[in-house]
Formats: sequence, structure tokens, C-alpha cells
Amino acid sequence: MGKSATTSDVHALFHSLRSAYAATANHLKIIDLYIVFAIVTAVIQVAYMAIVGSFPFNSFLSGVLSCVGTAVLAVSLRIQVNKDNKEFKDLPPERAFADFVLCNLVLHLVIMNFLG
Amino acid sequence: MAAQETSQSATFRHAFGNVLSFTVLLLIGVMAFSIRLFSVIKYESVIHEFDPYFNYRVTQFLTKSGVYDFWNWFDDRTWYPLGRVIGGTVYPGLTLTAGTLWRILNSINIPLSVETVCVFTAPVFSAFASWATYLLTKEIKGAGAGLTAAALLAMVPSYISRSVAGSYDNEAVAIFALIFTFYLYIKTLNTGSLFYATLNAIAYFYMVCSWGGYTFIINLIPMHVLLCIVTGRYSPRLYIAYAPLVVLGTLLAALVPVVGFNAVMTSEHFASFLVFIIIHVVALVYYIKGILTPQMFKVAVTLVVSVGMVLCVAVLAVLIALVASSPTKGWSGRSLSLLDPTYASKYIPIIASVSEHQPPTWPSYFMDINVLAFLVPAGIIACFLPLSDASSFAVLYIVTSVYFSGVMVRLMLVLAPAACIMSGIALSEAFDVLTRSIKFHLVGTTQNPQDNARDATKVNQNDVKSEKSEDTVKERPSRKSKKKDKENIEKPSLVSRVEKRLLVLPLETSVMAVFLLVLLGAFYVVHCVWAAAEAYSAPSIVLTSRSHDGLHVFDDFREAYAWLSHNTEVDDKVSKSKRSDSFALKTPTDVSGISFIASTHYPLILFEVLNLAVLGLVQRNKLIGLLAAAILVQVASWWDYGYQTTAMANRTVIVDNNTWNNTHIATVGTAMSSPEKAAWDIFNSLDVKYVLVVFGGLVGYPSDDINKFLWMVRIGGGVFPHIKEPDYLRDGQYRIDSQATPTMLNSLMYKLSYFRFVETDGRGYDRVRNTEIGKKHFKLTHFEEVFTTHHWMVRIYKLKSPKNRIRGKTKRSKSKSGTSTSSKRSTRKKNPWQ
Repeated sequence: MGKSATTSDVHALFHSLRSAYAATANHLKIIDLYIVFAIVTAVIQVAYMAIVGSFPFNSFLSGVLSCVGTAVLAVSLRIQVNKDNKEFKDLPPERAFADFVLCNLVLHLVIMNFLG
Repeated sequence: MAAQETSQSATFRHAFGNVLSFTVLLLIGVMAFSIRLFSVIKYESVIHEFDPYFNYRVTQFLTKSGVYDFWNWFDDRTWYPLGRVIGGTVYPGLTLTAGTLWRILNSINIPLSVETVCVFTAPVFSAFASWATYLLTKEIKGAGAGLTAAALLAMVPSYISRSVAGSYDNEAVAIFALIFTFYLYIKTLNTGSLFYATLNAIAYFYMVCSWGGYTFIINLIPMHVLLCIVTGRYSPRLYIAYAPLVVLGTLLAALVPVVGFNAVMTSEHFASFLVFIIIHVVALVYYIKGILTPQMFKVAVTLVVSVGMVLCVAVLAVLIALVASSPTKGWSGRSLSLLDPTYASKYIPIIASVSEHQPPTWPSYFMDINVLAFLVPAGIIACFLPLSDASSFAVLYIVTSVYFSGVMVRLMLVLAPAACIMSGIALSEAFDVLTRSIKFHLVGTTQNPQDNARDATKVNQNDVKSEKSEDTVKERPSRKSKKKDKENIEKPSLVSRVEKRLLVLPLETSVMAVFLLVLLGAFYVVHCVWAAAEAYSAPSIVLTSRSHDGLHVFDDFREAYAWLSHNTEVDDKVSKSKRSDSFALKTPTDVSGISFIASTHYPLILFEVLNLAVLGLVQRNKLIGLLAAAILVQVASWWDYGYQTTAMANRTVIVDNNTWNNTHIATVGTAMSSPEKAAWDIFNSLDVKYVLVVFGGLVGYPSDDINKFLWMVRIGGGVFPHIKEPDYLRDGQYRIDSQATPTMLNSLMYKLSYFRFVETDGRGYDRVRNTEIGKKHFKLTHFEEVFTTHHWMVRIYKLKSPKNRIRGKTKRSKSKSGTSTSSKRSTRKKNPWQ
């Protein structure tokens, strides 16, 4: 009895999550897809390192951190572009995207220097 | 009409305020620069102390050979025979900054020498630091507080002590980088702009390049983020301020060779990763809360808590096992001694021996930050009304820096900007209240209380609006106005309520209070100028003292280095004694300065000879080897004057101030504590030819080697167990008079310091220890004296070469050399070496 209540609760939870997420705007979903792609790439790199060892360490570090870094920056972009955020109401999305590009440039410059 | 007038007058006032603050800032910069020039005026434009000489030598190499050679430089003039990888063990920020400045100035045809650029780097960057303090405090409280804080920082004695003209050390640029990084972090936090987050990461990179104290930033910012989360102040701006900084900052820190992989592997950085994970969890929680209904959210919480808890515990257990497996839990020695102040004295005597690493005394707080010491609590209270993210950061900064300054006197330097910010806020708030009540009394005496209240709030709103419009010119209007709107809604109501209480302040009290505050400021200025002129401007390479018959100049150090440079071979290796107490020198005794007209520039080394020697040794070619051996000599000493020797005398040293190899230093310490024969053996194994000791007994110079002898014994004893400290102590004290232990009287340090000392005044009275020495007439068997400076402050000895034929009983002499701690008095045995 309790178990079915919890399972039905869990089902209801997932259903409401899915429906709420489906209601988000398209451009935000694109950014979310990009974030998922970056995280998956990072996980693949870590799995590869676990198999073949971590030498050279600086390459591994720069690869993983570049994936994590682009994910973080994409999350920041999503925060700034999301219309539901009252704090960024006056920020034009073009400015947010320009900041995102600049930060990515710096990040990838550092990555390429550290890649070795 | 009235609105138009007020808006016009507001614009005019705003423009006038801008021009005024720009002028004031310019004057503050000029003051910060000029207060640090006392030593250049009193002495000459010379580099001070010990560490700056190393930085100067590295900068010389950089300007001559370019960046690539500097980055890959392997220095074989120090730490003979190990050498030192300069590119990988030095923080390049300072040298790169000075080198860039020199190159820029030379390219626009201002031909300053490298030395001048190095000497004046610190004052220039202290002007920048006061401007950065203005920006930081403006973000926290407002422009008035910013100007006050900048003026206070320009003069604070603790910062002056490490950034006078000539003190060419890492802190000169690092403090500027620290304040600037904090400013950009607070700016990002206030505006939520990714652009400032990028700039923040780049400023953090500059800080990592400059100083080992960057770990303070990478631990303080996560602490602040955690504080904001815990107190319920999480916002998307916090995420934007923190998360990109961690990723970019870690990468940039790993780029600097000194830090390298320590950026991800040492415990000093783990706090940032932990908080990185925490902030992502919190952000996810807030996001899900936003898209779910409340009851669904409750279900989600119970699900996650039950499943996630198990996972969390497992991950934590793995992490703890990893960290606990290393003996220091992953922390480096220096950082651990900050957390546990007794750690260094128990385990790492080298760190404990540096005078700057001792805890400060109470008077040093008053000496170093003076009036600010009791303005800081007022500032902390002012930060709480109202509390914002930025002001909570300021409170956290002052609390942590007070703790760390209590552990190590050197970290008073990190306390100085925090104290200035807090005091600036306190003074600005006080002046605000007082001048407002004065203005109210002068303006509103004829109106009834109702109008008074309205006038007061209107005046307040005008001030607030002008402040707001002032800021809108500088940054994006929408974001800043939105932030100010939030604050303004609560501010006028709060202030009007407070206003009613403030109105009670009578006119005379306010005027008196303003006058007293200005007087306080005057006392502060007087103290700072005195501290800069008298206490912190000694170059410590030249000493003077006043006596009844005038001013005596002691330029013995440069005399000794000049002798070494002119009278020894190019590749001599020097052994010298421990670094003098910079703390002892800074106490205001009667040591003032006069410049000694001597050239400080010496010709550079010829590397060909050393290359030849190495070639000969490697290829075992006897002829080349013999040739090189005739030239390869070394000067052995303790580590204090290593940097100065390599920079000014251009000789190879065994150990220097970098103190990275404890065993190497312990070898020299053991040699100084052993009898002559054992010491000769040790020095011979290091290819030493000259030994240099600093002796202050004739003139009363307290920072000589006999006073530092206890560290040689301790450090030597830490690595070589046959040196036992109790052998040198009589009643728990180190003594050199007739009550001294035989081991002490036989040690090399005693003999080299007091050789022929009795000839100066007939009874050998040591002015520092204030006694007559114990053993007065003795001969040196394995060393010969080659040079003693004018005031007997620096004495140079040469190792005697062994005789070709050994006469007499060699077996007994061999067995004697093995027991260096024997307490038998050395009888006049027939010495085979004479």
C-alpha cells in the first residue's frame, strides 16, 4: 500500500517534471542540449583516462576542464537569457551572448596553451 | 519646473562630484607614491634587504635574454652543486611586470636603467592599489567611503613597510592584484555580468603569477559563497560570479609553472571544488523548485534525500580516505603552519626560524595599522546596516585576515587593505550622519518638525539619487538602477526612521565630533609619515648609528662583497650565514642611513669557465679537469646572504634565501656547529673555498651569526642527529663567555667569529652579548683569515689546502674527527695539517 503510494508519487513526480520542462522555450532547450553534450564529453574523457592512465596529466586536465568550462558558461548564458529571471530583465540577449563568446574565447585560449 | 531645476542642479552636482573625486584620487595616487620615497632621499636608489636582490638579478637576466630564456632558466650559481630551476620555482609576476615596464619605457625613449625601474615599481603599484581600494569600497558602500578607504590605504604603515622604493619584492604588485581581484569579484556579484567574471579570472591569474598568497583568494571566495548560500542569499548572480571563476581560475593557475598541478591536487584548492559542487546542487534545487508545484517538490525532496544520501556518504568516504592517506592531509607545510601555528616549530625549523613568521606582538598592531585598529569594529557594524552580499564579503575578509595576521606577522600586510576598507566605511558613515545633522540644523531651524522630516528625507533622496545617477554613468543603467531600486526602497524608510533619531544630535556636538574626527585623521597621518621615514626606510644593506661624536656609516656588507668580487676567482663558491632578522632591523633603534657612494654594478659572470669545468669533469679529461679545478672555487655560508652574494659579488653560493632544500641548509648548519676538522671536511666535500661570517660584537650589531647560531644548531640537528642542542647550552642558554660549554667554544662559528678578537680591546668584550668571550687566544688550524671589514662586521676565511705529506699519528686524528660532539676540551695536539 505504502509502496504503491510512493511509486505512484514517483510517477506523478516524473510526469510533472516532464510536463514542466516541455513548457520551457525552445532556445533554452537548445542551450540545455549543449550543456548535456559538454557533460557527456567530459564523462567520456574521464572514462578514457580511467582505462589508459592519466599521462600526460595536463592534457587530461585541459580536456576535462574545457568541457566543464563550456557547460558552466552555457549555464550562465541560460540564466541571463531566461525571461523568467527578474534580475536580468533589462539585459539584452545579444549582450549576454557576446559576453558568453568572449568568455569562451579566453577559456579556449587557455586550454590550447595548456594542452601541450 | 521645480523638478527640472532639481534635476539640473542634480546633474551639476553630479558633474562637480565626479571632477572632485577624480582630482582627489589623483592626489591620493601622488601621495601614495611620494610617501614611499624616503629611503631614496635619505640614502640612494638602492635595492633593500635580501629577497629583492634575487628578484633584481632575475629581472636583469630577463631584460638581457628575453622571456623564453627566462622561462627555461636553470641557475647553477646557487645551491651548488644542485643548482636551481628558476623558471619553475619563482613567481614570475613581479619580474615580468618590471621587465615589461622597462621595455615599454625604453621603447618610448625614456632610457631608465633596470635598477631604477625595479626600485620604483613598488611605489607605482601602491598608487594603483589605492585606486583599486577606492573601486572596491565604492562597490561595497559608495563613493565617499571609497575615497576615504583609498586615502587610508595610501598611507597605512604595514603596506609601506613592504613597498618602499627599493623593496622589490612580490608583495609590491601582489597587494594590488589582490584588491583588484576582490573588486572584480564584487562587481560581478553586484551586476551579474559575465564580462566582469572573465576579467575577474584574468585578474586572479595575475595574482597567482605574483604571490604565493593567492591561496587566500581561492579560499576566501568559496567561503563567502558558502556563507551567502547558508544565509539564504543565493541568486543567479552568485552562480555567475563564482562558477566561471573556479574553472577559468584553476586552469590559469595551472598555467603558472610554480603552481602547476598543485592547482588540482593540494588541499589548499579543495575548498573551491567542494563549494563548486555545492553551488551546482543548490542551483539545481532552486531550478526544480521553480518549475514544480509545491507538493510535487516535496515528493522530489524525499526521493532525492533518500537516494542521494547513500551516494553522498560513499563519495565522501572515498574522498576522506584519499586525503587522509597523505601525512599532512594534502596541505603544504607553509599553509599548515597557518592553520596550526605550532606546526612549524615542531616539524619544520626553517619556517619557524624566519622572523617574519613569528606571531606579532600587540604593539605591532598599533604600529602597523594605528588608528584603524579601533575604527574597524565601527566599520563592521556599519556593514550590517544594511547587509548586502558585498558587505558580508567585507566582514568575512576582515575576520579571516585578523586571524591570519595573528598567526604570522608577515600577514599583517593582508590585514591592511581590509582594515582600510572597514575604517573608510566607518569614517564615511560617521561623517554622513554628522554633516547631515549639521545641515539639518542650519537649514531647517525655522520650519516645523513635519517639514523637517520631509526635507530631511528629500535631502536624503536627492543624495541617493545623485549617487545613483553617478553610478549610472559608469555602468549599464538598467542593471544598476534595478539594484539601487531594491536598496532604495528600504533605504529611505529605514533612514527616515533613523533620521528621526538622528535629528536629536545637537549642532555643537556634531561640529565638535567632526573636528575630533579630523584631528584623529591628522594623528594617523603624522604617525604614518613618521613610520615611513624612520622605521621602514632602512635599506639594511647600509647601516648607520649616531654616537656622541657624530654619525658612523657601516657599509661593511658592500665592502665584503666588493672584496669577494675583486679578489676571488670567478667561480668561487661562498658560504655565508643566516638571514638577519628583518624584524630586528625594523625596530626603531638609532639606526638611520647615509648613502655610501659605491658602485653597485658588477660585471656579469663568464659561464665559459664553468662550462669548461663541467666538460672536464664529465669527460674525465684530466687536463681540462685540472684547469677547471684550479678555477672552480666556492664560497660557503648560511642562507641569509645568498641572494646578495650572487647578485652583488657574483659568486656561487651553497645555500640562499630560497631555503627549498632543508638537507643542504642543514649541512651548512652542521658544518658551522662542528669543530674545525669536521667542518673542514664538510666544506671540502662541497668544493667550498671561502667561508663568510657576519659578526657584530665589535660595533653592537645585533643580527649577527652568533645570535642566529641556535637556528644553525636546530636545523643541523634536525637532519644530522649527532648535533645535539643540549651540548651547546649552559643552563638552557647559549653562552659564549667563560661559562660556555666546550662544544660551543670549539664550534667553527665561535672560532671564526672571535678569531683575534681579543686584539681589538685587549679583553675581547662582545658588545652584543655584553660579556667577555670565553676562549680568547687560539689559533685556527684549518682556516686562514683573508679579509675582515672595517668594523669587523663581515669576516672572510679561506679553507687551507691539505698538506702533501702527513706526519705523525694519522689514526688518532681520524678517530677524533668522527666524534664532533665530544665534550673533551681540544688539547693542542700535533696537527698534521700545519
